[in-house]
Amino acid sequence: MRRYAADVATLARKDLRLELRARDTLPAMLLFVVSALVVFHFAIPTGSSRLAASGLLWVAILFTALLGLGRAFVPEREHGVLDGLVLAPCDRSAIWLGKGLAALAFLVLAEVVALPAFALFFRGLDGATIAGVALANVGICLVGSFVAAMSIASRARELLLPLLFLPLAIPIVVGGVGASVASGAGRYLGFLALYDLVFAILCWASFEYVVTE
Amino acid sequence: MAASIVLVFFVVPDDADQGFSQRIFYFHVPIALTAYVCFGWGGWKAFLHLWKRRPGADLESYVAIHLGVIFGALTLLTGSIWAKISWGHWWLWSENQLVLFLVLFLFYCAYFMLRFSVDDGPARANLCAVYALFGVVLIPVSFLAIRLAQHFIHPVVFTRHGPRVHGTMLFTFCVSWAAMLALFATLYQVELAGKRLDSRLRELRELLA
Repeated sequence: MRRYAADVATLARKDLRLELRARDTLPAMLLFVVSALVVFHFAIPTGSSRLAASGLLWVAILFTALLGLGRAFVPEREHGVLDGLVLAPCDRSAIWLGKGLAALAFLVLAEVVALPAFALFFRGLDGATIAGVALANVGICLVGSFVAAMSIASRARELLLPLLFLPLAIPIVVGGVGASVASGAGRYLGFLALYDLVFAILCWASFEYVVTE
Repeated sequence: MAASIVLVFFVVPDDADQGFSQRIFYFHVPIALTAYVCFGWGGWKAFLHLWKRRPGADLESYVAIHLGVIFGALTLLTGSIWAKISWGHWWLWSENQLVLFLVLFLFYCAYFMLRFSVDDGPARANLCAVYALFGVVLIPVSFLAIRLAQHFIHPVVFTRHGPRVHGTMLFTFCVSWAAMLALFATLYQVELAGKRLDSRLRELRELLA
């Protein structure tokens, strides 16, 4: 158990260090999320429901995450690292969890900018929304990094990731939007937690088959 | 099997008292249930592939999902026609089942994209099997999500008392569902036989070349 945690931490740290040196994903995500919010401001006519803005926050988060996840396995692919990782004496699912944690760190950093920007441009945020974002981040990153690993095995690569991921992300959007607009946010937060749990177990159990033959 | 399908066409007109449009019920609901069966069967075969490494399970899973997508498209089509006749709209977001089918339809279309963009081999079989398993998990999760979404997208839940199923109607319904399942089973066997022949032919060609 401790070994597994150490493996995961090492793999996540490797990604964070790569990002710290190359700085190609995070600035892109930050710029993207702020530009998207500005575009949304012009996309919804003034006087339309303030609730509509909450939905836009979720669209922005989802697509920003996709942007980051599309890059997630690119260094591995370019240098053939994945084969080495698969051969390494660690549990294969540690590769997925490490990648998921690194993606989560990027997404959270992007949101540290995005959420205040959203509050500034559109409407203030309440606790339920932030809790919803936190829970949804976990689901988005865990499922997203799993699907990203699938998509790099294909010829279409980056093209395939959104196609595979968006249908899986619909329940996340439902839970997240529900938590931010509906009364009785607890039910939606519970649903998000359930989603995270179910898909985390499924990803953990089946990741081995994605990277091996 | 053909006999059971013919029977449906003879039995269905028996309960015309519900109005003509009601008859689509006997096609729409069985097709939808059959599509679930297809997806479930595909997921089960995918599971067998991953767990037992049974040769051929990958192909069986693919064929089941392929048919499931066809039945799913038919469900969307018949549901849409029914909605137009009953409520005057081609599409209603308040119809849970139809929305669920739309989500599943998108999901399984992505399955095809995945399948056709990976080269044939054990890696593709694994990827597809894993994705098919995700689909089986996604069905209840999406169902729950769509139920929840009703509460904020449509504050007033549009309740509609389903057609009361009694006597001949129940019988007709069961017969038409059995017919749909039989249709699925037949198509499944035919398609599978075709695909198997295809792969054997390819192997033979490679041997000869």
